[in-house]
Amino acid sequence: MTHLAAPAHAGLYHYDELDRRFLAERVEQFRGQVARRLSGDLSEEEFRPLRLMNGLYLQLHAYMLRIAVPYGVLSSDQLRRFAAIGRRYDRGYGHFTTRQNLQFNWIKLVDVPDILAELAAVDMHAIQTSGNCIRNITTDQFAGAAPDEVVEPRVYAEILRQWSTLHPEFTFLPRKFKIAITGSPRDRAALAIHDVALRAKAGPGGAIGFEVFVGGGLGRSPFLAKRLSDWVAEADLIAYLEAILRIYNQYGRRDNIYKARIKILVHEVGIDKLREQIEAEFERIRGPKYRLDPEIVELIRSHFAPPPFETLPELSEVFELHRGTTPAFARWSRSNVSAHRQAGYTSVTISLKPTGGIPGDASSEQMEAVADLADRFSFGELRVTHEQNLVLAHVRRDDLFALWQELGRHGLDTANAGLIGDIIACPGLDYCALANARSIPLAQQISERFADLDRQHAIGELKVKMSGCINACGHHHVGHIGILGVDKHGVETYQITIGGTATENPALGQVVGPAVGYDEVVGVVEKLVELYLEWRLDGERFLDTVTRLGVKPFKERIYGAAA
Amino acid sequence: MARSPVEGLKVVGANRLETGAVVWLGADDAWMALVTEAGVYAGAEAEAALTRAKLAERANLVVDAALVEVALEDGRPVPLRPRERIRALGPSVRTDLGVQAGSVS
Amino acid sequence: MALLLKDGRTVDDPWSAVADDAAVLPDGPAVVGLERWRRDRAALEARNAPLGIRLQSHQLAGEIAGDLGRFGLVVLEFPKFRDGRAFSTARALREQYSYTGEIRAAGHVIPDQYLFLTRVGVTTVEVPEGANLDSWRRALAEVSVAYQSGVLDDAPLAGLRRKVAVR
Repeated sequence: MTHLAAPAHAGLYHYDELDRRFLAERVEQFRGQVARRLSGDLSEEEFRPLRLMNGLYLQLHAYMLRIAVPYGVLSSDQLRRFAAIGRRYDRGYGHFTTRQNLQFNWIKLVDVPDILAELAAVDMHAIQTSGNCIRNITTDQFAGAAPDEVVEPRVYAEILRQWSTLHPEFTFLPRKFKIAITGSPRDRAALAIHDVALRAKAGPGGAIGFEVFVGGGLGRSPFLAKRLSDWVAEADLIAYLEAILRIYNQYGRRDNIYKARIKILVHEVGIDKLREQIEAEFERIRGPKYRLDPEIVELIRSHFAPPPFETLPELSEVFELHRGTTPAFARWSRSNVSAHRQAGYTSVTISLKPTGGIPGDASSEQMEAVADLADRFSFGELRVTHEQNLVLAHVRRDDLFALWQELGRHGLDTANAGLIGDIIACPGLDYCALANARSIPLAQQISERFADLDRQHAIGELKVKMSGCINACGHHHVGHIGILGVDKHGVETYQITIGGTATENPALGQVVGPAVGYDEVVGVVEKLVELYLEWRLDGERFLDTVTRLGVKPFKERIYGAAA
Repeated sequence: MARSPVEGLKVVGANRLETGAVVWLGADDAWMALVTEAGVYAGAEAEAALTRAKLAERANLVVDAALVEVALEDGRPVPLRPRERIRALGPSVRTDLGVQAGSVS
Repeated sequence: MALLLKDGRTVDDPWSAVADDAAVLPDGPAVVGLERWRRDRAALEARNAPLGIRLQSHQLAGEIAGDLGRFGLVVLEFPKFRDGRAFSTARALREQYSYTGEIRAAGHVIPDQYLFLTRVGVTTVEVPEGANLDSWRRALAEVSVAYQSGVLDDAPLAGLRRKVAVR
């Protein structure tokens, strides 16, 4: 199969022959493993960790394949390949996840080696998207574009991706390990809920270093990450991470899968004691072998050079004209267009949350449409956000109206980015073998209830996050409104929290009252919004009002003073 | 629709190894695509059926064979728990997909 | 009886395992558990034959660091292949404690771990009788590109230099 090189200016890592050989060997290795499973040479127990290392789950209806989208960046050709795979091997659609990856839900085991080969031809894979290993390293969807960015995080995300790929020591960890990185003081990558999180900073003389956090994670026992170090110099990045992983691999609990994440180690040992152990190991291994060579950093950085921006004025007459004459376009610009560091450019959020739609799903046709738009408007590159939307990061303001019109032809122009209609939802009981309750149909109901976009804009920023079980793949703990589905005596029941957020000022949501039934959820959400509108002060978002007032007044009004 | 909630009725569900498709142990131990065609068992018979299903696991035909509680609706088995109903039919949010849409892998 | 693999080939195993409660020590190379080593140190050291030690997965390199000069063999047990602590133990033995003797992986290891084991410094692997030796042999050759240097590699770490693993 011939390889398709990425568009020249797409800001992703461009594979060389060695990278391609690695993927080709991995594909053949998995082909062999599948054959051994089918022949019985491998038992299911032996095969399971191997297929999980290739992102292949057995779900409710079929196998589910989770394809890695390294730090959420895709080229147009890669997205086209997703569309083709969806058509040929699945049911014509895919699902974008809260870790910036893509999932197909109707996969056959026997097809997977061929699917992996087709992915390898566009430098893609499903390695380590599952299993007790280091997972996809995620980052800010506006990397390389955000005005407040200090350090381009994709450089280090790529370095860590390579470092963590089939790492011989860290492939059989106590549990999964998730890393996030940002290069801005604002946190758009949800650092606080990751096992390890990095904030890249500039130090004296322009030196680059990292603030390091450890022990975040949701699920049964949610924890926000704690600061491990205020400054790890760039050259020490690999050594520091090796030290963390080594301590975790050796001391993380192996007796109970619900207590096996590093957040539990932090909780049980204490951050200060853990820091001592990590830094002792770090000091021991720091040296030429573990040093991150600046030459290597520069080499990787060259893959993420800014694309050839035109020199443009900040003001775009075309944009202003259409904004003034087309209210729907003006509304979409308010919610879905973000400022860019380069004059005359913007970043666009393509909502995958149409009113009443399935959050994060995109059909093969839609994927192909977005691929074409990426080529036409954004240097052949797009991003997946951890809130299940897509981003075209470098769109000229002059082009926004034309882009919006094109998006409209494919149902991708919903003007709800960051608003109540922009719901984050895991697949839930409709797809997932782990789930206790459905999440998608409730997301659809909430979306329908708030279908009026003007109303959504009047309400303002409101992140609803929904999970169908305690594993919290929908990140409900950090939703402004969080909804968790549970199974109470065989009946789908929902616990609602408010005030959660995964930004640089993170917080876990607080329960607003006893769990409610399926038919009551939308009513509670409606009531929460009403109360917010009643109580909000000028300029306050829903989250701000909740933070100011606490959960008690909401609880009392919804459940009565007895609650 | 008459639903007869006789205690302890079960079927055996599994996934086909090659395709992941949901299958149900039929009366003659063939694997059926529709839960309505599954053999219904109670008590010791159910355990025996599961034992036979495990043989199919060892023969690398299916994985995750397990007993599923059902009620009888017009004489046909219907899973009791929402999870198993969704498994038997397909996603509730895409009724154009899965067994419910007449698509059988 | 278990088979011993070194570099993908079966080799003879001169070592005998000694149970914690075995009354008599064998002649010739013998492997004891950590408990026995601590209890019977004097007697074991007095023998004029090579000594090996067997570590369970929760027994880390530091437990035997001071005594490494006495052991010709360190066996690392895998109670389940998922328990990956031995990878760090092997690495620590080589890198931190400069152990140059034989390191052996035993217990529930699967062929797909073979490459990782060699790259953290494991010398031999004990595979159960009936194991598919072809799978084990193939496992070493399946992936020739690595994103990290192995522990016995002098070259700088980091996937940034892609290393071709030498077989």
